[in-house]
Amino acid sequence: MTENTEEKRLRFVKTDNPPFWVKPLIPILALVGTFILTSGLIMMANANPFEAYYYFLLAPLGNKVSILEILVKSTPLIITGVAVTYAFSTGYYNIGAEGQLYAGAIAGTWIGMSAHGMPSFVALPLMILGGFAAGVAWALIPALLKVKLAVDEVVTTLLMNSIMAYIVSAILNGPWRDPNSGWPQSPEIAPSAVFFKLVPRSRLNFGFLVAVALVLILWFVMNRSTFGLKMRAVGLGKPAAKFAGIKVNRTILIAALISGGIAGIAGVAEVAGIHFHLISEISPGYGYTGVIIATLGSLNAFGVGLAAVFFGLVDTGAQTLGRALGVPVYLGEVTQATMLLVALGMLLLQRYRIRRM
Amino acid sequence: MFIVDMQKITKIFGELLANDHVDFQLRKGEIHALLGENGAGKTTLMRILYGLYQQTTGDVFINGEKAIIHSPKDAIKYGIGMVTQHFALVPPMTVAENIVLGYTDNIILDQDSIEQKVGAAAKQFGLEINPKSIVRHLSVGQRQRVEILKALYRNASVLILDEPTAVLVPQEVDILFETLDRLRNDGLSVIFISHKLDEVTKITDRVTVLRDGKSIGTVNTCDINTRQLAAMMVGRDTFGVTRQTDINPESKTILEVENLSVLDDKGLPAINNLKLSIREGEILGIAGVGGNGQKELAEILCGVRIPTSGSIKIDGTNLVGKDPLEFSKLGMGRIPEDRHEGVVGDLTVYENLSLEYLDEFTNKGVLDRKTIRNNAENLIKKFQIKAKPTDKIKTLSGGNMQKVLLARVLSRQPKVLIVPQPTRGLDVGATEYVREQLLEQRNRGAAVMLISEDLDEILCLSDRIAVMFEGEIVGTINTQDATPEKLGLMMSGALREVA
Amino acid sequence: MEVFIVNLIAATFRVSTPILLAAIGETYSERAGILNLGIEGIMFFGAFIGFIVADKSGSLWLGLLVAILSGVIAGLLMSLLTVTLGVNQHVSGLGITLLLTGLSLFGFRLVYGGRSTPPAIPSFQPVNPFPNVPFLNTITQQYLLTYITFLVIVPLAWFIMYRTRFGLHIRAVGENPESVDAAGINVYLTRYIVLAIGGGLMAAGGAFLSLAQLGSFTHGIISGRGWVAIAIVIFGNWSPVKVMWGALIFGGTFALQLRLQAMGLQLPIPYETFLALPYIVTIIALVIAGRNASYPAALLKPYRREG
Repeated sequence: MTENTEEKRLRFVKTDNPPFWVKPLIPILALVGTFILTSGLIMMANANPFEAYYYFLLAPLGNKVSILEILVKSTPLIITGVAVTYAFSTGYYNIGAEGQLYAGAIAGTWIGMSAHGMPSFVALPLMILGGFAAGVAWALIPALLKVKLAVDEVVTTLLMNSIMAYIVSAILNGPWRDPNSGWPQSPEIAPSAVFFKLVPRSRLNFGFLVAVALVLILWFVMNRSTFGLKMRAVGLGKPAAKFAGIKVNRTILIAALISGGIAGIAGVAEVAGIHFHLISEISPGYGYTGVIIATLGSLNAFGVGLAAVFFGLVDTGAQTLGRALGVPVYLGEVTQATMLLVALGMLLLQRYRIRRM
Repeated sequence: MFIVDMQKITKIFGELLANDHVDFQLRKGEIHALLGENGAGKTTLMRILYGLYQQTTGDVFINGEKAIIHSPKDAIKYGIGMVTQHFALVPPMTVAENIVLGYTDNIILDQDSIEQKVGAAAKQFGLEINPKSIVRHLSVGQRQRVEILKALYRNASVLILDEPTAVLVPQEVDILFETLDRLRNDGLSVIFISHKLDEVTKITDRVTVLRDGKSIGTVNTCDINTRQLAAMMVGRDTFGVTRQTDINPESKTILEVENLSVLDDKGLPAINNLKLSIREGEILGIAGVGGNGQKELAEILCGVRIPTSGSIKIDGTNLVGKDPLEFSKLGMGRIPEDRHEGVVGDLTVYENLSLEYLDEFTNKGVLDRKTIRNNAENLIKKFQIKAKPTDKIKTLSGGNMQKVLLARVLSRQPKVLIVPQPTRGLDVGATEYVREQLLEQRNRGAAVMLISEDLDEILCLSDRIAVMFEGEIVGTINTQDATPEKLGLMMSGALREVA
Repeated sequence: MEVFIVNLIAATFRVSTPILLAAIGETYSERAGILNLGIEGIMFFGAFIGFIVADKSGSLWLGLLVAILSGVIAGLLMSLLTVTLGVNQHVSGLGITLLLTGLSLFGFRLVYGGRSTPPAIPSFQPVNPFPNVPFLNTITQQYLLTYITFLVIVPLAWFIMYRTRFGLHIRAVGENPESVDAAGINVYLTRYIVLAIGGGLMAAGGAFLSLAQLGSFTHGIISGRGWVAIAIVIFGNWSPVKVMWGALIFGGTFALQLRLQAMGLQLPIPYETFLALPYIVTIIALVIAGRNASYPAALLKPYRREG
């Protein structure tokens, strides 16, 4: 006589039908968990966690200047988050958004520098298109290698990031080195190529509108377009998609290229909206953070937008907190990462139910 | 005394009764075959003996002592070794490394010394193996020998082989049999799971036949002939209750398959110059024990596998080389063998239902949601699918998932319908429904190819039966002419006949 | 000219040490089937914590020890996420990198405030077993850690991987976890151990930079060396000795172009070409291997026992 006579006890059982209250609870629990984990650090900085979180998350929402700053900070995250979402939805793990972003930044700068005399309504779209094209070009090799030769894209896209960093360095130390200062930064782009400000005396610029537009487009593509359905089918069930007649490889290739192109646009937005010339620090890792944003946003358009704005809030709030209570501003990154890891852990737990068996 | 004595073994998986009070005894120094169709319970029984499953009730005795076997490690301690159908080897490592994996007390591995040990063992058992070879470079037959050596190295006195010749070419089969013969003479006891009668009669001392989870009987090989064995394997009480088949010889042949050949995923021939044809308004049942090429045949006809040669013609148009979408468009209706590879679990019912014919539901690149919704509602009603259009497919029962796939394909009124294992894993109600649908399609004039490992299903639905064995159709007969003996002989390779 | 070459060789060993340590850690991890993108963050945190502990306690070795310990813990965190919880490996790794980078910078700012010049500590001093041999003595002047890395860690890593039972298990787990499970070996435990060891090595690599090479800690102390290590693992075909050569090549190219730049040498092509070359070669190698790349077959797939 064997296993059926074991005593009944509570067990975790895998299920596809989590209780309905689980899903909305996750972000809340994640936030609570993050709060608990970060309070230790806050206390090490001689601050009161509750007071700190007020300055961290609530105060920035209270005044116009910081709200605008939140939107500014979230702009590149929204764009890279959207970019990565296209690729991940299809099962293509594009970790190369960072390099694609810089490719776009280079293209944007080049067009921007050549735009003297061009009216804005020509220069801006041109830069965006150029950035998109550059991102596509940089994403092409890993995408082709994956589709034709089954070479893993995670590794190749990572390697391409490193190569692009060297290209940027070579350009900034060579042909585009600022002749006036000698620093490795490019000459400024033409005034007509600058992303106009949306609110005077703030940094909020056209780039934010581009980001919002990209989110809306993402939503439309994913939920209303045929290609979007094909992408999701391939990502969620490749054999079934193939069986139903979907051209799987072509879908993956196109999604990968779109992903690269949009990441390129993020680069353009940074050059044309914030820095106005190309420097090697255009991106402190937006491409990688995009992966985190896309994951936290569960690969859906509004989730991604929300996650990006939340990260923007955290970044801004970290600065507010730093000024108010002297807590080092890096708490922001720690909070973002903790939020991610806690949320991921919980997302997995939602696959289980507790049953008595 | 028996070296292995399994008494009243019962194993239940959920609702499935895989083994029903099965008795099985193995004598020392004999080669004993376990014969039966798919689903008869042979592999389940042996996996219980090897500790991969635990029996629901029943006892196992080894050399007269009661044995508690919770895992392969326990089984190995009792001297039982098993070579499964899918080898458990690590390809980039050497033979020697594979053999000592998990069975060495040394923390430091000296390549030379383990190669020596393994080499010595190979010699001792008379197995031609080079311990230095990398497994990836070995042929299937050689890999099987490595698996056998692995078991013997762990001092197995009982060796279980699960369908060992399924992956071998004839010359390798001879070598295997010589090896088994020699090992038997040295005292090893062998259990040989098979469905091939000629092999069973060639090499074994005794045969136990399983059917539908029950043991039909154990006989001495020399006392019985293949006809009787075939009948035991396949015979059932309900045999003879077949449909009235009124085949119209005038009706047009719609599907013609000629000279079809293909290799399986391991590079071995799966289908060999296969030829068959189906007429309008008939159901052709493909019978046979699983693993004889049925899976590959279904995949080719579904458009997801490309044959190395041959043609598939619907109404004269050759489909080979076209992608799955064109298959559908040319009238080849198909459902996959594994439902989960036909529907995307995380997408909704209405999305899945529209997935196969997206251009009809598209308007300039945008999904025509109204049409998609209507399509879903119609099909749900017509096919009685118990689900809302917005439900995610993965929340549906197996039967309803199958209905979704059927609905999707039948709504197109296909000329040809390929249905592999259509009722596998479905409950009684769903099974009946699916079978009714197939008959309805036949009556509508479609040509239906039913591939099934369930012989009852084949008998009750088909007009003609084609038996597949080792990648060929070895015989096609009208259902009313089918007898258990005939079918059993064909399914086990002992008879070839064409109607 | 000879002086140039000899200096170059010496510099190559020095520069390669941290990335080699991290690469060996990553090699073990990937061999067992886990791609650890947390490598950049683990190196960074190792550099930081090693520095702070060394500064506050006065003991460099204590700093190194604590750094290694932190790497082990980070490795265990990675295992918890990817092995036990089955979370996507890329996201877990990037999350850990973000977390550890943030923690390091937070901690640094907290302790040292917003200084513009980073504090310096007396770093490890190089040793030289052959101080009087001409030419050779330049090459043999290396940090003890460098000697340990090349003469102890690499051979040990090779030995464990190919000559011990544990190494056999690691390789099997990364290729075919089902066979290993059937053979009675604990797949999960093996992966946990490997990630812990790997993390420790990665953190040691980071600590080398702050405790030996730099004697300080800055924002850009790692700047991408973690990703370099990942490239080296592939370049070196997941084999410790080949990875060592890969590290030397990547390190050598870096040292070479630094020297050429310092000499003010003007080349028709930018220096960055040299730096990019090893990466391009790695991609080409992947293309050539194509489907037959000797990836550990189970890389990136979480293991779940069926039934």
